[in-house]
Amino acid sequence: MKIKLTFWRAVFLVIMAMGLYSTFVRYFHGLGAISNMSDQFPWGLWIGFDCLCGVMLAAGGFCVIGAVYLFNVERLHSVVRPAVLTAFLGYLLFIVGLLFDLGRPWYIWHQLIYMNPHSVMFEVGMCVMAYTTVLFFEFLPNVFEKFNLNAPIKWIKRIYPVLIVLGILLSTLHQSSLGSLYLIMPGKLHPFWYTPALPFLFFGSAIAVGLAMTIFESTQSAKAFGRHLELPVLVSLGGALLVALWVNALLRFEDYFHRGMLGQIIKPSYEAYFLWLELILAFVIPITMLSFRKVRLSPQGLYLASIFTVLGFITNRLNVSLTGFETYVGHHYLPKWTEFSVTLMIIAMGFALFGVAVKYLPIFPEEEHTVNTVLVKARQPEVDEPVLSHAGD
Amino acid sequence: MSKALLYDATLCIGCKQCEAACAQQNKLPYDDRVAAESVQSEHKYTVVMTKDDKFMRRLCMHCERPACASVCPVGAFHKTKEGPVVYDVWKCIGCRYCMVACAFAQPKYEWGSLNPRVRKCIMCPDRVTAGKQTACADICPTGATKFGDRDDLIQEAQARIRDNPSNYQPRIYGLHEVGGTCVLILSSVNVEDYGYPASAKIGDTPMPEYTGRVMERIPDFIPVWSLVLGGIYWISHRRDEVAAAEDVENNRRTR
Repeated sequence: MKIKLTFWRAVFLVIMAMGLYSTFVRYFHGLGAISNMSDQFPWGLWIGFDCLCGVMLAAGGFCVIGAVYLFNVERLHSVVRPAVLTAFLGYLLFIVGLLFDLGRPWYIWHQLIYMNPHSVMFEVGMCVMAYTTVLFFEFLPNVFEKFNLNAPIKWIKRIYPVLIVLGILLSTLHQSSLGSLYLIMPGKLHPFWYTPALPFLFFGSAIAVGLAMTIFESTQSAKAFGRHLELPVLVSLGGALLVALWVNALLRFEDYFHRGMLGQIIKPSYEAYFLWLELILAFVIPITMLSFRKVRLSPQGLYLASIFTVLGFITNRLNVSLTGFETYVGHHYLPKWTEFSVTLMIIAMGFALFGVAVKYLPIFPEEEHTVNTVLVKARQPEVDEPVLSHAGD
Repeated sequence: MSKALLYDATLCIGCKQCEAACAQQNKLPYDDRVAAESVQSEHKYTVVMTKDDKFMRRLCMHCERPACASVCPVGAFHKTKEGPVVYDVWKCIGCRYCMVACAFAQPKYEWGSLNPRVRKCIMCPDRVTAGKQTACADICPTGATKFGDRDDLIQEAQARIRDNPSNYQPRIYGLHEVGGTCVLILSSVNVEDYGYPASAKIGDTPMPEYTGRVMERIPDFIPVWSLVLGGIYWISHRRDEVAAAEDVENNRRTR
């Protein structure tokens, strides 16, 4: 265990060192020096992975919050805090990623004053800003609880219903709008991926990946922090994931069917290989696995199925943002190593911050008995001051 | 009325004086090396290409409903009433959505700069508002690039095709493409062979409509979806409240 830890710390240091070097290149020599982006490929790995995939990977927060607070899935209570933490860190790191990708990041606040309501990018920007704020408030009770500040916990408890509804509303908007970004490129994006259904597909995949990521991170945390794995939690998540995957698969099929693409997608071509890879990873493997009851009841099986799901939908988004443009542009885009190193650094920061937060904040319940008080209290409004009492009269 | 440029490739002699005039107007470097470059870039807004002794010019099309202006999150691009699509650099945050969205791939980027700008032909807006023609049209020795009112130029282009049908392909590129552009092209060859996107591929629909269809639903979607979510929240929590209230009631009675 100790050797393993030092190994990962060494890896972390190497990644950070390379990342810092790349950061230097980025800010002192410009985007051209650090990346293989060009006038033909103005959006590269950072938009494709850091932004599109990053936001999708952070979707667990609103999925779990929705399940627990809207649909009363009590069993998932113990994963609310880690899911909110992951989402909060995910969005913070998304913004860090933007600071690398934007040509003039020091003007990022222009969004707030030079608003263009016709722009999908504007909508995504505003939603991400607002949602990060919501996540901040959803995350705050961890800090207050740590320092035994009961008054502010009470305030947050009061606004919790608003935070929940607002968080899910904003997530619906920007998760789907990331797909809408590409609607304006009908002549450029390959027809395998260009479809008017893009916003629906992006929202659907966010839910599937949100659930898969929650399984992944629960299992991973159990391993890393020596916690015992709550199988009923994973099992319910696995069941939901299977449903989400089927819905996604049906959406994709319907889309190809209605656009008459079924004949084309089975014909071998450069794009078809990437599409097959995506479909196999995102649908064929995890759906097959999860169809077996034995897999749905086994932590390892669920863990593996969730990894395939995540990899599959990452492939999907990279296809939408990178592969799908290669034929139009006429050449391939391969990120420079410095682009990779920035992305790796951001991921490594995410893991490190998660570890720090878990170490110092009450993210995971100590054991089943010492319940996480804030959220449970928020869930069970006292009769004398019910949270939404006026709405019921 | 909107101004426009009519480029008639059959009149072009490939002298590249438009390139030089454009560079001078926009204070860009221009020498033999730049003249030899056959692609547009952040220092070359317009280019005259040669292929089998035929010439073809490329520049920003100045769409009637420009994609770049609609996608920019900070509204750094806008269409002026005279026709040019112009760029306000002080607003730009550098997201490069304009570059990805443009059907004609016109916006170019200063990749080497630490405070990069998007660069493209802006149709000499100062000259145009002052009632003058663009630098490229002004210098063109053969009238291949002609400046004027868009409607007049369309009529003239149609007349040229009518009077000399064997000389031209029977279409004006830019008349209907992406809802119409302020650069109109006549030629004897396929403009697609010179890098222009095929008409069939980009269609006649103004690009902003593709995203507009989704964006215009959002003002309705927000209140409806908030109500639905709030409603679900209320219903699922009302049950708990009722159960809790009943408990209290029962306790009181038993006492």
